[in-house]
Amino acid sequence: MLRNAFLAMVALSFFTACNKSGKKEGQANGALAANAAERVYVAPGKYDEFYAFVSGGFSGQLSVYGLPSGRLFRVIPVFSQDPEKGYGYSEETKAMMMTSHGFVPWGDAHHPDISQTNGELDGRWVFINENNTPRIARIDLKTFETAEILEIPNSAGNHTSAYVTENTEYVVAGTRFSVPIPQRDMPIKDYKGNFKGAISFIKVDQESGQMDLSFQIMMPGFNYDKAHPGRGKSHGWFFFTTYNSEEANSLLEVNASQNDKDFIAAVNWKKAEEYLKAGKFKTMPVNYAHNNFNENTHTATTTWGKTVRVLDPAECPGLVYFLPTPKSPHGCDVDPTGEYIVGSGKLAASITVHSYTKMMNAIENKKFDGNAYGIPILKYEDVLAGTVVQPGLGPLHTEFDAKGNAYTSFFISSEVVKWKLGTWEVLDRQPVFYSIGHLMIPGGNSRKPFGKYLLAMNKITKDRFLPTGPEVCQSAQLFDISGDKMQLLLDFPTIGEPHYAAGIPAEKIMANSQKIYKLEENKHPYAIKAETEGKVVRKGNEVHVYMTMIRSHFAPDNIEGVKVGDKVFFHITNLEQDYDVPHGFAVLGNNNAELLIVPGRTTTLVWEPKEVGVWPFYCSDFCSALHQEMQGYIRVSPKDSNTPILYTLDGDQLGK
Amino acid sequence: MKKIELISALLLTSLFITSCGGDKKENANSETKPAEVKSEIIDPAIDKGVGPITSIEIGTLDQALADKGKAIFTAKCTACHKIDKKYIGPALQGVTKKQTPEWIMNMILNPENMIANNAKAKALLAEFNAPMANQNLTQDEARAVYEYFRTQE
Repeated sequence: MLRNAFLAMVALSFFTACNKSGKKEGQANGALAANAAERVYVAPGKYDEFYAFVSGGFSGQLSVYGLPSGRLFRVIPVFSQDPEKGYGYSEETKAMMMTSHGFVPWGDAHHPDISQTNGELDGRWVFINENNTPRIARIDLKTFETAEILEIPNSAGNHTSAYVTENTEYVVAGTRFSVPIPQRDMPIKDYKGNFKGAISFIKVDQESGQMDLSFQIMMPGFNYDKAHPGRGKSHGWFFFTTYNSEEANSLLEVNASQNDKDFIAAVNWKKAEEYLKAGKFKTMPVNYAHNNFNENTHTATTTWGKTVRVLDPAECPGLVYFLPTPKSPHGCDVDPTGEYIVGSGKLAASITVHSYTKMMNAIENKKFDGNAYGIPILKYEDVLAGTVVQPGLGPLHTEFDAKGNAYTSFFISSEVVKWKLGTWEVLDRQPVFYSIGHLMIPGGNSRKPFGKYLLAMNKITKDRFLPTGPEVCQSAQLFDISGDKMQLLLDFPTIGEPHYAAGIPAEKIMANSQKIYKLEENKHPYAIKAETEGKVVRKGNEVHVYMTMIRSHFAPDNIEGVKVGDKVFFHITNLEQDYDVPHGFAVLGNNNAELLIVPGRTTTLVWEPKEVGVWPFYCSDFCSALHQEMQGYIRVSPKDSNTPILYTLDGDQLGK
Repeated sequence: MKKIELISALLLTSLFITSCGGDKKENANSETKPAEVKSEIIDPAIDKGVGPITSIEIGTLDQALADKGKAIFTAKCTACHKIDKKYIGPALQGVTKKQTPEWIMNMILNPENMIANNAKAKALLAEFNAPMANQNLTQDEARAVYEYFRTQE
């Protein structure tokens, strides 16, 4: 499609040069399409201007696209096993999938957020949450690999996540589902007043990026949906939307839509730090997995968290306030100045915007309108900055440009609406195809938005692409928002469901992108640094193969002495020290996956042969002109045989 | 498929330029000309290759440096090179007698360009079918490896 458009462009441009009278006709017929193609066309060998980290939704992964081209560069495996890369299959990465519920090979990824410094994107890490088995992952933007996964205890649907504060002091995790805390056997109908919703604050180490579950606020049994941090003047606060303040436990589509207003919860996390310091917390026993991938040993390990500090907002005055917000608010978005908090009531006709200044005045003057479970409720009129009146149907999320404009997605009326902060007037609206959920402007939820492009992420695509049977892709649509009117430039399909995305100028990341792992720094216990160190060691029925790979052979590549019933560990080190020379490893009949090993890294695959024979293994990633020669054999003898251990290359035992 | 489209794009281009006539014609023609490639083999005694090393002084043998070079060679190079026999790449016994120090170090440090632009390196690629891997050695490390080669003459 793109290429065709390009060809048309080439043709058009020469027509234009040739024939003055033909120029107008050409423009009238196709100028818009040709111009759109030009604006998203990134020539072969040229780079995109932005990275877009787009949530893979129910794929559990995080995809990396270029903008404006919409080209897919990589799918980073995060919460789901990925046989393509051996992630979650290799011995080194299995621990990344560990939880208090055991090995969980799938996750539901939602909201990526890039780390910030002084309220601006800094390109160090991306955080992303998992909804189903509550977790947060940190992806290192040097390696584009998942470095860490932290399970969130007391949560039951980690949806309100993984947003960071403006210096990445914390990443937050609020629960979508309230549950009995601690979990216990009780009747579901007794939900009201007995279930609780935990909001977690996870401290981030500024050097290593390491996450540490710092504290939880035990909130009433509502549903916690979306969140964004205060910034600038409102730094120190975090805002969370709630719905189901009715505390319904069945048929929520009716029963959680009864109240005229639900709440945005304003949490003063600096106050929380004071309460923690003053010892006003309870220590609660919990059990959660904390999985870390070590860059030197190339191996993930799980440690177990056993306690969490819990604050009760009823006992901590000034910690949480409720801002009444109409009709089951979904998105909770804070403008670049930190003054406006936008709550999109998904069943409301208008968008509600609260004022941070007004909120602080109301708090100072103690103008409360009762409380809910001990949490003061502010008066709607006292905190309201303004409303955008009837802009569309089903407002969900809002992002911002650097010129004082806001852009809100409307699921039901399937459009993006641009409106002005302060005057609340609608400036423009553009349809999307179809039913947009999230939208993203690079930096659009930070102090410094890069207001050139807007990415609309759509749930439904039925007739937009070639049909692919009953299941079709979800999609993203790119708009140019640099002018007064938004202009649609491009459609492109996405993986899974594109819940939210985070975009950043490429220059903030690409210079730091790692090319290889240095062999000198490889501390994997089974790494070998030279071909001559290759060996095969038997320990009972475990056979450890210490193997190397380089263009284009394995060492050793002939292995004997393995028996049926053995558990064979292939510990393979890629000796290459050049950029973009990964090798793969696959062995016949393996009940697992392949390995994909980047230069300088050691990775382990377990193979349990069940049949006598001589079985091939080979490199599964085309590596050189002699890739097809990159192969070997492993001989499997009967269980009771005495075949001696042998490991050779070109007829010579390695190391001899 | 891509090639066909590229060709059709070029065709389109030339078609419209031709129909226009004028000064752009020469530009379009020059784009389609294949680049000329020099492929003459230079006398190995003076061939310094292409890369970061343009001139280097070699003094008396530094055994400590050679020992360091041997360790680097063992770790980074032996998967493809043996001293005394042809392997994935050529045997390296006496290589310092065959090529200049600059050529050898450039082959270690800058193999991609050497294979593309140096006639001798091209001939070796044709003979061995395996491109020399860039193992990302530093200049100091490459110098140490060269010193080790001097002990293997």
